[in-house]
Amino acid sequence: MTALLEIRDLHLSMSSYEGSADVLNGINLTVNRGEIWGLVGESGCGKSLTGLSVSRLAPSPPAHYSKGQILLEGRDLLPLTQREMQKLRGKRIGMIFQDPTTNLNPAFRIGEQLTDVALAAAAQDDTILDCPAHSSNRTRRAAAWSLAVEMLEKVGIPNAQSRLASYPHEFSGGMRQRVLIAMAMIGRPDLLIADEPTTALDVSVQAQILKQIKANVAEYDMGVVLITHNLGVVAQTCSHVAVMYAGNIVENGPVAAVIGNPVHPYTRALLSAIPTKDTKRGALKGLAGAVPNLINPPPGCRFAPRCAFAQPACTKATPPPETVGPNHSAACIRAAEMEALIHA
Amino acid sequence: MPDTTPMLEIENVSKIYPGRRGMFGSSAAVHALTDVSLAVKRGESFGLVGESGSGKTTMTRSILQLETPSAGVIRFMGKDMAQLSAVEMRRLRAKIQIVFQDPYASLNPRMSVHDIVTEPMLIHVETLGLNARQRTDRAAELLSLVGLGPQYLRRYPHEFSGGQRQRICIARALASGPELLLLDEPTSALDVSVQAQVLNLLFELQDKLGLTYFFISHDLAVVRYLCDRVALIYHGKIVEQGSSDEIFDNPKGDYARMLIGAMPEVRVYAE
Repeated sequence: MTALLEIRDLHLSMSSYEGSADVLNGINLTVNRGEIWGLVGESGCGKSLTGLSVSRLAPSPPAHYSKGQILLEGRDLLPLTQREMQKLRGKRIGMIFQDPTTNLNPAFRIGEQLTDVALAAAAQDDTILDCPAHSSNRTRRAAAWSLAVEMLEKVGIPNAQSRLASYPHEFSGGMRQRVLIAMAMIGRPDLLIADEPTTALDVSVQAQILKQIKANVAEYDMGVVLITHNLGVVAQTCSHVAVMYAGNIVENGPVAAVIGNPVHPYTRALLSAIPTKDTKRGALKGLAGAVPNLINPPPGCRFAPRCAFAQPACTKATPPPETVGPNHSAACIRAAEMEALIHA
Repeated sequence: MPDTTPMLEIENVSKIYPGRRGMFGSSAAVHALTDVSLAVKRGESFGLVGESGSGKTTMTRSILQLETPSAGVIRFMGKDMAQLSAVEMRRLRAKIQIVFQDPYASLNPRMSVHDIVTEPMLIHVETLGLNARQRTDRAAELLSLVGLGPQYLRRYPHEFSGGQRQRICIARALASGPELLLLDEPTSALDVSVQAQVLNLLFELQDKLGLTYFFISHDLAVVRYLCDRVALIYHGKIVEQGSSDEIFDNPKGDYARMLIGAMPEVRVYAE
């Protein structure tokens, strides 16, 4: 079976005045239908760029893909022209971004923005609108409109019919984010890329939105890449997780394995930085230092300078992923002895 | 005998923003705060938790006297702030300082760290009575206190990371020798690893300086970690108030239960 999304050894560099930065340094990720992959890490570690690369929205230049493949059901996206990509966006790949305020056009009604996306997607696949291919523009538009009503209802907006005539400013932040989810879902994409979809929202709204995304995965059998810096969100929503650090995936696997039994020192550090109900005051462990400068990254393992378990060998070469459990791997040369090191 | 007057007392405070009738129609009055009462003890960390639009900001602005409450009394160290003269108020202001949410927006990019940290000392020069040299010395001292060091005095905000900037904001807030620090979501713009460092710094400072914190946040995990007592605010009303353990382990109202239930917990998978 071909995977829905397969990223193979993706290398992305960004050129700037100071030199070229390797922002993605060999990313490997496989997403199947029905899976929700969480992509976590600190700011500046390449989470968003991985997401943007899949939808080919990373501006190029300065972005340059030196190596690798992004396969959507076996078809490599990197050689495609922007025109060909446009056909995939909205129809095959749906996207939700962090800030719901800036991602809706303030000058158009919600309904128009939703139907536009639906019509664009229907140009690829007539079954979306459920009306014959030779229908007039008017019938198509009407069908798109009723589809928009249906989608808005699905994401839990009351009075969807009348709300379609509203402008974005008449909605609250959480409602706008739901509109964006409806917009991402209206073309029935196979793959949804959600880049920090709930970061700007309150916890109660966040819980509803995440539930919504989960429900959509079950209903449409799609795959999701959920980019977030909140490990709580990952634990609550995702089936799998990939932890990123400075352009590398340092640990990945099923959520229960990675969060319940983290192996890579970076994953462990991230988890211990989150206060829980049993954390004693002042006992929270921060992670000293900052994400390295990617123009001149540290040699070998990029986490080595901040790592408590670093050895001279760590700076020799980029550590390959080591299997540490079923479907669970960590890119650390000391992965095998980590269990013993922690308890020492 | 220890002073038992609460640091901050808020009694039956309401704030109503009047509606408007204008060219584009009218708007109804907004009840931002309704009959809010709470007391913050000396030396404790008090957390105010609520969603966006619940009145957290109006509350902070009222405490800082940037907003006049429509009803009720706010007492700081036993004094009704509304009754103070302008001079007395200015003196009192040195004792209440605030750290804002976004360290990228709350530092003037054209001021050096030295200027940023000494500015409050300049404003409160009558109260503090420090000359230029003493101010610089104190700025250096404050930077060391927040874990940065005097070598950064001549740098500008853009040279710092988010966590370092928040440290500068904390140093600035401490410059006038405050007793009460309002912390308005001080870590929500930061990564978890950096957030942990800033939270630990806040603890150390409280230990060293005996500060009182009024902590505003929607991140329940952080509030639980940092605060002794917590109040939940919903639609401008305090719906629940009590010790952190009480509220988080045994929430009484529906709203509190919903909010705490929505908290994304990482530990569901921990062994």
